[in-house]
Amino acid sequence: MSVGLAIKFSLRRIMAMVLRHGYLLRRSWPRVLELMYWPTAQMILWGFITLFFINHSSWVAQAAGVLITAVLLWDVLFRGQLGVSVIFMEEMWSRNLGQLFISPLRPMELIAALFVMSMIRTVIGVGGAAVIAIALFHYSVFDLGLPLIAFFVNLIVMGWSIGLLVAGIVLRYGLGAESLAWIAIFALQPISGVYYPIKTLPMWLQDVAFFLPSSHVFEGMRAVLIEHVFRVDLLVNGLVLNVFYLAGGIIGFLLFFRSARIGGQLVHTGE
Amino acid sequence: MTDVVVAVEHLSKRFEPVLAVDAVDFVVERGSTTALLGGNGAGKTTTLAMVLGLLLPSAGRITIFGQAMPQRRYRLLARMNFSSPYMDLPHRLTVRENLTVYAHLYGLSDYKARIQHLAQELDLEDLLHRIYGQLSSGQKTRVALAKALLNEPELLLLDEPTASLDPDTADYVRSYLESYQKSVGATVLLASHNMSEVERLCDNVIMLRAGRIVDQGTPLALLERYGRQNMEEVFIDIARERHIELALPQRKAAR
Repeated sequence: MSVGLAIKFSLRRIMAMVLRHGYLLRRSWPRVLELMYWPTAQMILWGFITLFFINHSSWVAQAAGVLITAVLLWDVLFRGQLGVSVIFMEEMWSRNLGQLFISPLRPMELIAALFVMSMIRTVIGVGGAAVIAIALFHYSVFDLGLPLIAFFVNLIVMGWSIGLLVAGIVLRYGLGAESLAWIAIFALQPISGVYYPIKTLPMWLQDVAFFLPSSHVFEGMRAVLIEHVFRVDLLVNGLVLNVFYLAGGIIGFLLFFRSARIGGQLVHTGE
Repeated sequence: MTDVVVAVEHLSKRFEPVLAVDAVDFVVERGSTTALLGGNGAGKTTTLAMVLGLLLPSAGRITIFGQAMPQRRYRLLARMNFSSPYMDLPHRLTVRENLTVYAHLYGLSDYKARIQHLAQELDLEDLLHRIYGQLSSGQKTRVALAKALLNEPELLLLDEPTASLDPDTADYVRSYLESYQKSVGATVLLASHNMSEVERLCDNVIMLRAGRIVDQGTPLALLERYGRQNMEEVFIDIARERHIELALPQRKAAR
């Protein structure tokens, strides 16, 4: 029997982790349903609000899909973050984290696998809701074309960054902190200008919003839908901020991981 | 110089305010089986976790195959493995899926044949399609052992390897571990509360108490030193701190 002793960044080990969660997803239809449930429920709610506002608001009437697009894009951010945090917590719930880290799996390989799984889950969840929106409201978010890819990339990378920080906190401080995975991102929702322009915020909060990649994405989304202009400056702002966010997320996770190896949390995973 | 696989020097681990492992020194020689013995909280699992690189020491040094742990961790871990009833595998995956994932993590080329071979050896063939979380604790222990043998480790660490097994299966597993060790020349470091297991499997025993090594030697040497019939009596002597009064006069006499 030959044992591969490659110790560099290993695509095979990353795919092993993807396979592990693929097995889980394949076996559990409630999990797949759950991925689509919330984005679809939100999309339906905002779809009907849109139908109402079309006749009562000139702003929404200018771009009927602005609220549906906003809710779907928001879910890219939320599902992206949740994908990383929850997949990581799956390992803690199943007391498998110690087993993983006595194998040659490196933390960076685990992070890469988390990103892949988060991408798959987000595409299933938000993609499913987007398809249902076409059937229900005759509105296709895919009509955004290439800007949709730019918005998606920016939002999912921001989601990954926050997801990694949440995963690190849960690893270091135990599963008692797991509710952070579901609530952390909502602290950023009012400042991201998901459903209204950033200029609605007080001036000091507009300054804070400038440092969120999500605020540039949602401003960019409104520019495309209302002004029919693709704002490259907003895309660049989001991408540059996301470089720092991603670096911060990865470094933060690695620091929490090291702290867990000092405190013994990899040995005794729990509350 | 003897062929030392694991060398532990002045190893300490402090979880404030507790000193869980206190300046421990020991070596494990190639092809030997060494037991870490001690009561609950003696520092056995903490020591194993540091040898595995899961836990960073507060002080001291660990060398495995001549390389520093944890600095050379990922290179070393490919040659090691570990089984413990206190670590689990994903509950919703089948046994085969779990073993497949770990086979990929260890980079096995012919993983299907290896899984099949281990399933035959450890009597797991009928369990391969079963959901891991639905197995009995004894079945889980055998699956965990199969996972620990996937990469044919040169250094095998075991935490209570026969916990939850009925006497017949426990005996089978001990026999299998003996034959595995002989066939591949593996080195084994184990923690156990089962004294008959220790007497049967181990060449060397390290007795821990409150994070410190209080005695070590071959099982036969320890039995003679304490004037006892079996390791369980030696264990109780040490747990109840009778080792000081019992061992010292005999040590003096031995001199």
